Amino acid sequence: MELPEPNSEIIARKSDIVARLQAVLPMDAVIYDEQEVKAYECDALSAYRCPPMLAVLPASTGEVAAVLKICHEEGVPVVPRGSGTSLAGGALPTSDSVILGVGKLSKVLETNYDDRYIRVQSGRTNLSVTGAVEALDFFYAPDPSSQLACAIAGNIAMNSGGAHCLKYGVTTNNLLGVTMVTMQGEVLEIGGAHLDAAGYDLLGLVCGSEGQLGVVTEATLRILHKPEGARPVLIGYDSNEVAGACVSDIIKAGILPVAIEFMDRPVIRATENFVGAGYPDVEALLIVEVEGSETEINEQLTLIKEIANRHNPVELRESQSAEESANIWAGRKAAFGAMGQINDYMCLDGTIPVSQLPLVLRRITELSEEYGLAVGNVFHAGDGNMHPLILYDANKPGDLETCEKMGADILNLCVEVGGCLTGEHGVGIEKRDLMTTQYTDADIEVQLDVKDVFDPKWLLNPAKVFPLASTESRRVV
Amino acid sequence: MTPANEIELAEAIASAPGPLRIVGGDTRRIGHAVEGTTLSTAGMTGITLYEPGALTMVAKAGTPLAEIEAALAAENQRLPFEPTDMRGIYGATGQSTIGGVVATNNSGPRRIQAGGCRDSLIGVRFVDGQGNVLKNGGRVMKNVTGYDLVKLMSGSYGTLGVLTEVSFKVLPAPEASATVVVEGLSDPEAVAVLSAALGSPYDVNAAAHVPATGQTAVRVEGLEGSVAYRAGELVKKLGGAVADFDWTSVRDLKDFASREEDIWRFSVKPSDGPKLGSALRDAGAIDVMYDWGGGLVWALTPKGSDMRPAMGAIGGNATLIRGSGAAVFHTEPAAIQFLNEGLRMKFDPRNILNTGRMG
Repeated sequence: MELPEPNSEIIARKSDIVARLQAVLPMDAVIYDEQEVKAYECDALSAYRCPPMLAVLPASTGEVAAVLKICHEEGVPVVPRGSGTSLAGGALPTSDSVILGVGKLSKVLETNYDDRYIRVQSGRTNLSVTGAVEALDFFYAPDPSSQLACAIAGNIAMNSGGAHCLKYGVTTNNLLGVTMVTMQGEVLEIGGAHLDAAGYDLLGLVCGSEGQLGVVTEATLRILHKPEGARPVLIGYDSNEVAGACVSDIIKAGILPVAIEFMDRPVIRATENFVGAGYPDVEALLIVEVEGSETEINEQLTLIKEIANRHNPVELRESQSAEESANIWAGRKAAFGAMGQINDYMCLDGTIPVSQLPLVLRRITELSEEYGLAVGNVFHAGDGNMHPLILYDANKPGDLETCEKMGADILNLCVEVGGCLTGEHGVGIEKRDLMTTQYTDADIEVQLDVKDVFDPKWLLNPAKVFPLASTESRRVV
Repeated sequence: MTPANEIELAEAIASAPGPLRIVGGDTRRIGHAVEGTTLSTAGMTGITLYEPGALTMVAKAGTPLAEIEAALAAENQRLPFEPTDMRGIYGATGQSTIGGVVATNNSGPRRIQAGGCRDSLIGVRFVDGQGNVLKNGGRVMKNVTGYDLVKLMSGSYGTLGVLTEVSFKVLPAPEASATVVVEGLSDPEAVAVLSAALGSPYDVNAAAHVPATGQTAVRVEGLEGSVAYRAGELVKKLGGAVADFDWTSVRDLKDFASREEDIWRFSVKPSDGPKLGSALRDAGAIDVMYDWGGGLVWALTPKGSDMRPAMGAIGGNATLIRGSGAAVFHTEPAAIQFLNEGLRMKFDPRNILNTGRMG
């Protein structure tokens, strides 16, 4: 993975830059020691590492603005960082950049149950947003797998999803407003507790812009009352095609489960060895979860079981207790960890039209044989968001490169069948160079134009999202 | 000009010598009047792709909304955001197009639960002010590949580009629907009831208060047993009773549309709704109505009056939907205006697309 050549002229000015930043931040909020900055050398895409020149940990919107103003004046690239859980390298620094971590911005600023929103500082973790409102039985819906650790700032940057977005939508559908600081250090209020913009939908544009348009320091998030209950059913099939057809039929029948998760045999076996959730050894496993009161749950599950039975399942298991529900979810929740026990893995995030599921799974199996790397599939089937996990050995020379090639082939396939490169993780550096398979030069150019408007000097997270060649002329300005 | 396809449209824009007035069915006349050659999208019609099992529909921008709704209904599905029919408001007789719905980011009562047009929209194709054919998003409901220009295009009133194709996430139509109506509440009491309903676990998907009839209404939809259960629980919680209620009347603003006076639309924090309603009445409003749990306030006002000052310190925005006595769109802070203007200059550097419509 190529990173832009660091600007040695910036690095040469490091002590001056540190001094300027120390003048606006507490001493311990500017980290410049070569050993200490290593803590920020990578995010969850740990195959790529590069320590930043320095890191800053501002504790208020005002401090963020001061930092950005200085970096803008000094012409220093800034890489915003939430909790560093990006699987796409969204927070990977360059050696001439300043990491701007929002971790100290973790306060709840306002909770309003009448108007159903919470306003938080952006470094607050996803799960602790729900934590702040669950005493009154409310929750924040987007639930990425990393929700224990990931920050709202990163969720907004990547427009994160989760297992339950079939019903509740992704981050952008649950975000009402932000306080955002531009690269020039200007503080903007976009949106708020009301719905819809007065003019252009800048909130929608900022969400998912991967920290390239501004640094979000506060967010107003929609909260919902928890459903009265939820219950999963586990359905096993002896072919991916049939499982795919079952998913499609459930959706067509007018039921909207809160989640439909899909696991294939390699993942089922890995999770069985890892946590022993009691999954049957089948080709494809579905976990379908519905919500509501006892009566409502039964009404929906009756229909779902009827549809599932039409496709002759190998196994159909309805949870009878909270313990059984937890068990059904245990394997799914441990899936990534279980695959990680076997080997290093690369997690892809392409999304495909649900109708293409059988074809894509078949092609992935073929590619797996071709490249000689094992693949497990675990994903959100209701919305076609795939998560192929390609196993490789980081210590074996050439394995990572083979894995990257195979990953690119899979993602190109996703685009070919009408889907996209990334459904919820973001482009980051990981899929940057594949953007041209999904978008024409003109499609990319108009996005670069958008960045020009917000960040004319191209200092915010500049080496991400777009192929380096397409941004080079802008970055050197 | 009525180009028959995207290529013709791109040529028409690239070679346009001056301003263009973009129309679909000309049924959503929000915004300042625009001078220029009329460029209609009505020649680009047809559903390009519809996969009920994937909850996805793609259609050319000029496709009549009625055609889209009929195709969805045939598969027992629907658009999640319940778009309004604005013909009554403007006395328009044309066919509303799906492109017009998107360009105005139009959403009805269900927006409070299912999200707005911008939330269901998952892909766009459009032609910018220089005649470049561009796309963003696609036909899958989860897509974070590059910037989300889909949202930017939704509600940009044809000033950033002319839409040629739009993709939507659609939803199953419910087996049953029920509305709980509470009678005789004051505005503050009504909005408190709507808040209680929306803050319940019963998945309320519309919540309105109509002072003129004294009715406060909340709707639940879904499987039959579930609807009966939730409506019953809501009656216990809120009072009132399950009753017939015409949601299209709220959606299409029928009572205001049939009159002559101006119509204003305010988007505010729901609990600010009654305060705003009272300020609007004090400022001369003839009638007000609340949707979206109190967060969408409609006002029928004497012709030529500027109702924006009634907002006072209340956050949110105001749009003059019908009338001409004030700026149509809310003035945004200078820093936001600067960004808006910057975007506009990038997408349409010659400033020929619906020039002045949002100004």
